[in-house]
Amino acid sequence: MRLIETDGVAVRLGGAMVLHDVSLAINKGEIVTIVGPNGSGKSTLLRTIIGAIKPVRGQIRRTPGLRIGYVPQKLHIDPTLPLTVTRFLSLPRRHAPAIVRAALEQAGLPDLRDRQMTDLSGGQLQRVLLARALMENPDLLILDEATQGLDQPGSAAFYRRIEEVRQEMGCAVLMVSHELHVVMSASDRVICLNGHVCCEGRPEIVAQAEEYRAIFGSGTQGALALYRHDHDHGHDHDHPHSHEPAE
Amino acid sequence: MILDDFLMRAALAGLGVAIAAAPLGSFVVWRRMAYFGDATAHAAILGVAVALAFSMSVFVGALVMSLIMATTVSTLSGRGFAMDTLLGVLAHSALAFGLVAVSFLSGVRIDLMAYLFGDILAVSRGDLAVIWGGAALVLGLLAWRWQALLTATLSPDLAYSAGIDPRREQLVLTLALAVVVAVAIKVVGVLLIAAMLIVPAAAARPLATTPERMALIAALIAASSALGGLRASFAMDTPTGPTIVCAAALIFAATTLGSRLWQTRLSPSRH
Repeated sequence: MRLIETDGVAVRLGGAMVLHDVSLAINKGEIVTIVGPNGSGKSTLLRTIIGAIKPVRGQIRRTPGLRIGYVPQKLHIDPTLPLTVTRFLSLPRRHAPAIVRAALEQAGLPDLRDRQMTDLSGGQLQRVLLARALMENPDLLILDEATQGLDQPGSAAFYRRIEEVRQEMGCAVLMVSHELHVVMSASDRVICLNGHVCCEGRPEIVAQAEEYRAIFGSGTQGALALYRHDHDHGHDHDHPHSHEPAE
Repeated sequence: MILDDFLMRAALAGLGVAIAAAPLGSFVVWRRMAYFGDATAHAAILGVAVALAFSMSVFVGALVMSLIMATTVSTLSGRGFAMDTLLGVLAHSALAFGLVAVSFLSGVRIDLMAYLFGDILAVSRGDLAVIWGGAALVLGLLAWRWQALLTATLSPDLAYSAGIDPRREQLVLTLALAVVVAVAIKVVGVLLIAAMLIVPAAAARPLATTPERMALIAALIAASSALGGLRASFAMDTPTGPTIVCAAALIFAATTLGSRLWQTRLSPSRH
């Protein structure tokens, strides 16, 4: 069952065409990761999907009543705004104290209930942001480079938690990631984005795709080799690729 | 009765403005809209001039002009303008144009001070009804939209993902701001309205752990400043509006310094 579908979506930011002809669909319960170089429009695509940016062309179709849980890349909280973790979890909808307490237990942060949001460490903040997104029992969880600023064990633990969440709640997950090795081991499907969808499919298929290799190289700094053991032979390719967004 | 009737009316007017301005002021502080409040308030003097010229209600004139200014600024923001500069330009030119416009009207010169600094002791029963009506409207709006306003203030993207349109919430604040400005003219005057928004909220910040508590404490601080300022101005024969703001500023100094000292005592290792 399709939860959300974009059809020929084009997005213009300022004067520049950031996305064009983006057609993709997210199905119930799958983990989809968007990869792509800097400036390829990954975050813009997520923000378009949540409705923060209006596409200049194309359509976005959601199944009626779709609940989205969104975990932003970062959250700047103005120091003039007092906000405890407990209070934050009751946004945008209020929840009974027992439910908030249970959510914090589950996130592994039972002691942070009365802590101010501005006093959290990076890892704690990420877990709180995730816990908040899960409060509404989302059908689709959207994460925008959620592990930025976390160390390797921290981000590994974070992705394990995502996998657990999918199993417990059955929600689909759409995320953007820079960490290719994590992508390859944790996703059902990978979408390679560079202004448009270059290629998509199961991680091992995408990793073989020319378009993907043109962007990330065949070795990807050895990270892929480490996890899949089948890309340790490099072959250079210098044939042209057209990845400049068509104006 | 111990209090004369006009003092009672003044106290009620001050309280009405205080408890509406303080929670709204909290949003002004959280969203860094201090200059926005200034521009809206200063535009009101232009509204006063227009209202007097056409023998309209000063309240209506101020409300309309504040609304126009607040909507203009709200629309221009987020369109790539240097907002700090733009607001500075708008705030001060609105005031200047308003003052020039008032000078064209004969017989108003004496009243000008009343609009610039308020004339709380001259509040009529009718004014009181307008002030409390406006205050109730603003508090109702804020209570109705509270969760959505807070989410949009925290992060527009979080709001969008939950199906909340942050631009609509901004409009709610814009409307509330114009109403507060219009009802506060009589109490503190155009020049000090922004102070009634910001100072109590800033004074409440060190004492609060949640947004709700900050808004509530700000309202309490604003109310005690209004009553304390009124009393002090009566005792010392000083202008009432500025005295109210002075009282709020003293509370701000006390809570801010107090919390600093408290934190130093709690953690002597940190300075």
